[in-house]
Amino acid sequence: MTQAPATHDAVARAYRDEWARVTATLIRHTGDWTLAEDCAAEAFARALERWPAEGVPRNPGAWLTTVAKHLAIDRLRRRTNEAAKVREAAEMDEVEGGRNVGRRAGVPLPATDDLVDFDPAGDWGEGADDSSDDGVDDRLRLVFTCCHPALALDARVALTLRTLGGLTTEEIARAFLVPEPTMAQRIVRAKQRIRNAGIPYRVPDAASLPERLGGVLAVLYLVFNAGYSASGGDAERRGALADEAIRLARLVVRLMPDEGEAASLLALMLLQDSRRRARVDADGELVLLDAQDRSRWDAAEIESGLAVLRALGRRTGGIRGPYRLQAEIAACHATAPTADETDFDRIAGFYDELAALDSSPVVALNRALAHGFAGRAQAGLDELDRLEASGALDRYHLLPAAQAELLVRLGRTDAAAARLHESLALAPTEAEQRQLRRRLAEVTAR
Amino acid sequence: MEYLLIVATDPEAEPFVPEDDNVGDWVDDLESRGIRVRGQRLRPPTDATLVRMRGGELLVTDGPFTESKEWMAGYDILEVESLDEAIEIASRHPMARFGRIELRPAWPMDVHEPGRDRHERERAEAAAADG
Repeated sequence: MTQAPATHDAVARAYRDEWARVTATLIRHTGDWTLAEDCAAEAFARALERWPAEGVPRNPGAWLTTVAKHLAIDRLRRRTNEAAKVREAAEMDEVEGGRNVGRRAGVPLPATDDLVDFDPAGDWGEGADDSSDDGVDDRLRLVFTCCHPALALDARVALTLRTLGGLTTEEIARAFLVPEPTMAQRIVRAKQRIRNAGIPYRVPDAASLPERLGGVLAVLYLVFNAGYSASGGDAERRGALADEAIRLARLVVRLMPDEGEAASLLALMLLQDSRRRARVDADGELVLLDAQDRSRWDAAEIESGLAVLRALGRRTGGIRGPYRLQAEIAACHATAPTADETDFDRIAGFYDELAALDSSPVVALNRALAHGFAGRAQAGLDELDRLEASGALDRYHLLPAAQAELLVRLGRTDAAAARLHESLALAPTEAEQRQLRRRLAEVTAR
Repeated sequence: MEYLLIVATDPEAEPFVPEDDNVGDWVDDLESRGIRVRGQRLRPPTDATLVRMRGGELLVTDGPFTESKEWMAGYDILEVESLDEAIEIASRHPMARFGRIELRPAWPMDVHEPGRDRHERERAEAAAADG
């Protein structure tokens, strides 16, 4: 009996590959997000029942979409019938009791409002049509609607993971360390807001596309970082978030192959994620990049990231966006055989370009540090001191930590130790505090 | 969908530049496309009148003189396809730069439905939606 596990795997694979397609198509047809999710989930449950006996269909996505559509039609018909019964009862009431005389005939009861534009017998197309007449993939509509700027950021994240990613509310709640009812309510409210505020289910027009795509990528990177920066919570569950972010980034790249920044974000995630195992040592302590055991980096993932970058390099000249530059920087680290052999000159060049696009003080900090590591420690330190004087990074623990590293390079051990003490007092997590104490011990031992 | 576009002042906005106040072009464009139903500038809160019934007694006062530096300076009613279209239109209003714009979707209702019925129905619907 090896068949059952095999079909079980096929359903699990189909869930990963087809959930977004099935749900996105149903949302376009019904306009009802919860109905779409429920029917998609039910279709996968049917697959679990039927595929072991009937075999896995040749096109699982088409099978699932068709089943889910029929389920949706059934439910909507039932709703229409119930609404009609309610209306009939109300009219009887009007005739018999005369209490509702004020209600004019022909005013539709609100329960039927959802169905005004819906015709269950209407054109649903045949097979797994995942795009409407305009040829736009429904998943792309879903991506942009989930990440609409009129939704709060935490709502965008939750909706993206639930509706696009197919994660359960419980899984999302656990990953973000939020009680499940809180997360459930966040998702319900987001859906209500889409409907009430009039957020459209469509891909933005060309004029607003770059800005809106930037918003989508920011949500995906936020999900990735929530998984990657394992500060607090369960590392494994958070790792699942990083995996999910990479999967969704791959989907966006497939849907929008000409958008260089989307591909760059994917490369950036892959290159950062390749270091996941090396970021924590056997005792669960944080290990900084220069001290990581590079043999524990995921070589296959690095190669995937580099391949994405190579393809981008062939395709365009033009200006490089922020994700491209960050991915190039990550690639410099990923390809250096040892920390000492890192090409910091090249990295500093990318940071110069990045700082011209992004005036954030954190970019300025990393730029100064890169120049410092590229053999210009004093110039880097001067830049960090200017940043400190500007007050833009007040109470940010990584500023004194960066100053300490350049002071060490200049041989000013006492000043470096003082900066590490400052950093220690500001570090937000225990893991970071322990890491800083270890560094402090190394520096003062010299 | 119908939206109320509320034009408001905002002390954090760019300083007003009279030469850049192209609200006439904005209105002409929208009216030629049949998007703007109507709209008006509003006199400041110092010219407002407050009406209240309290314990069956009518109270009429001037004001309200709140300390707020953000007040409603005008309104427009838009008839558009979706929020995205309303956002695009709002972003081109000169007061998006010199003040700020709030978009409020209309919430249609049957005004002849008895108030008690509407109240109970909407509470039940909200409870159902919250699962």
